[in-house]
Amino acid sequence: MTRITAVIIGAGHAGLAMSRRLTERSIDHVVLERGEVANSWRTERWPSLRLLTPNWQMRLPGLGYAGDNPDGFMPVADVVATLTRYACLVGAPVRTGMTVQAVRADSRGFEIRASGDVIRARAVVLATGACGLPAIPRIADAVPARMTTVTPLSYREAGQLPDGGVLVVGASATGVQLADEIRQSGRPVTIAVGEHVRLPRSYRGRDIFWWLEATGLLAERYDEVDDLTRARHLPSPQLAGNPQVAITDLSRLAARGVRIVGRLGNITAGVAQFSGSLPNTCSLADLKMNRFLRRADDWATAAGIDGELPPPHRLAATRVDPRSPLELDLNGREIATVLWATGFRPDHSWIHIPGARNRLGHLDHHGGVVTGAPGLYVLGLPVLRTRASTYIHGAAADTEAIAGDLHRFLGRQRQ
Amino acid sequence: MTITDRPVDNGVNVQALLGAREALSGAPEHAQFTWRAECTWRNGTHSRSTVTSFSGLGAEQQHRTSYEFDVDHPECFASEDNGATPVEYVLVGLAGCLTAGIASVAQLRGIQLRSVTATIEGEMDILGILGADPGTRNGFEGVTVRFTIDADGSRADLEALIAQSQKRSAVFDIVANPTNVLVELA
Repeated sequence: MTRITAVIIGAGHAGLAMSRRLTERSIDHVVLERGEVANSWRTERWPSLRLLTPNWQMRLPGLGYAGDNPDGFMPVADVVATLTRYACLVGAPVRTGMTVQAVRADSRGFEIRASGDVIRARAVVLATGACGLPAIPRIADAVPARMTTVTPLSYREAGQLPDGGVLVVGASATGVQLADEIRQSGRPVTIAVGEHVRLPRSYRGRDIFWWLEATGLLAERYDEVDDLTRARHLPSPQLAGNPQVAITDLSRLAARGVRIVGRLGNITAGVAQFSGSLPNTCSLADLKMNRFLRRADDWATAAGIDGELPPPHRLAATRVDPRSPLELDLNGREIATVLWATGFRPDHSWIHIPGARNRLGHLDHHGGVVTGAPGLYVLGLPVLRTRASTYIHGAAADTEAIAGDLHRFLGRQRQ
Repeated sequence: MTITDRPVDNGVNVQALLGAREALSGAPEHAQFTWRAECTWRNGTHSRSTVTSFSGLGAEQQHRTSYEFDVDHPECFASEDNGATPVEYVLVGLAGCLTAGIASVAQLRGIQLRSVTATIEGEMDILGILGADPGTRNGFEGVTVRFTIDADGSRADLEALIAQSQKRSAVFDIVANPTNVLVELA
């Protein structure tokens, strides 16, 4: 049995940043990590993946980007190296190889069971990330058994897939990137497209993340956004970390020979059925993109920097075949693989604290402060405290706020 | 920009809708609705459907009055044309749903509507229902809805209006997406 004030679970960017914040406040703690530092980046990401955010935005407490390519995009290997360096830099007390089996709470605090050890703590910070499990729809059960199914967590490269067609379900950043990569391997690819977010890689000479930050969009707080549930479930924008590609949208995929179909609605007797709502889904994404570009233009005018930038422009509307196929027979030889790029959900199954979850089984939290379980905190979820929380650099402000709350919580306990 | 004192009024009680969303999120069992219609065969291809009650908000609910709908087929189908065809009722449902959505979203976004009209067409190759071509489906090959809207809003505002009304439309979803249907003998 180990006793310690605080336990951070997960040594990724959020857990390490949190460790730094606790160290700054002289709160003794340990970071439990099931594998090595940056474990999911080491073991659950495909190697060609690069961050969506430019290098200059890689900012964590006490760490800024110091390399020679601020406008580049870090490949996974560099993210691992950066976080490994960061763990040393902040002196994070990481215990690697510690898989947490259960977190329980009683009147004296929390009990954490991990790899044979029992740790008692007064506060627990969950920093295991938003992508612990692939969010696969229930209709996956209806995929014919002979087919290969892959998730972004198990995908490494197109070469691991059998020959034959691939149905990519979902058109987030992951979906469009993998559809493109797999198509380049020569396999026929069909992508099923539901609600999605279309954005150009850069606009008026600046990276889109420069605009998202400059306009204040990323700083919008969770308690200020119109529809928080929607904001937290929004698919990632159709971007790739590649400054050479102007846009990674459906028009580009179509031009590269990917077949675009509507949202996967059902699979009946091995026949996949797609929604006829594809044109509207694309209209919604175009409208949303243009609203943001208008916001960017308005901001640039108000900031008086129009003179420094190329003039505003708009992208051509997404054109999809209004008679795109509504069915695809998975029983035949045409499609060999289904890739579920349908998003992720955090794995909090090992948290056994009544009251911490809502009726849907999700952790209920206000800006990372878990309601119904005082002393329990969560980090690294989409729009946790601001829209920036979705991205690595958002952990800087999030950990500052949560460490402040945790510090006050400990102070209240002492009274 | 035009500034008017008159508040936007499309006759939609948006506050009630927002209130319902809030209340039902906290009591999801009350959000479970069952819609129903009773149908009686008259003669030939003619039937009459009646809509009276539905359940929702945790109780049985009644329409203000009961509504009747004659369903038949036209004379060129060797029928008596006592009413609209079933597929036309689908178009009616879709148009009504999208139009209600446009009024609601416009109200929410502060867009005053003056007129909204829609032309809705469903294309069908009837070799499908005649069983003459196994490769042809029974249902619509495609549906087109064309809205003409006179309102205090830019073209982009109105495009956003019709996009959002599709996104929140029950009938659009019913038409565009597969639904499990069970038909059985009582």
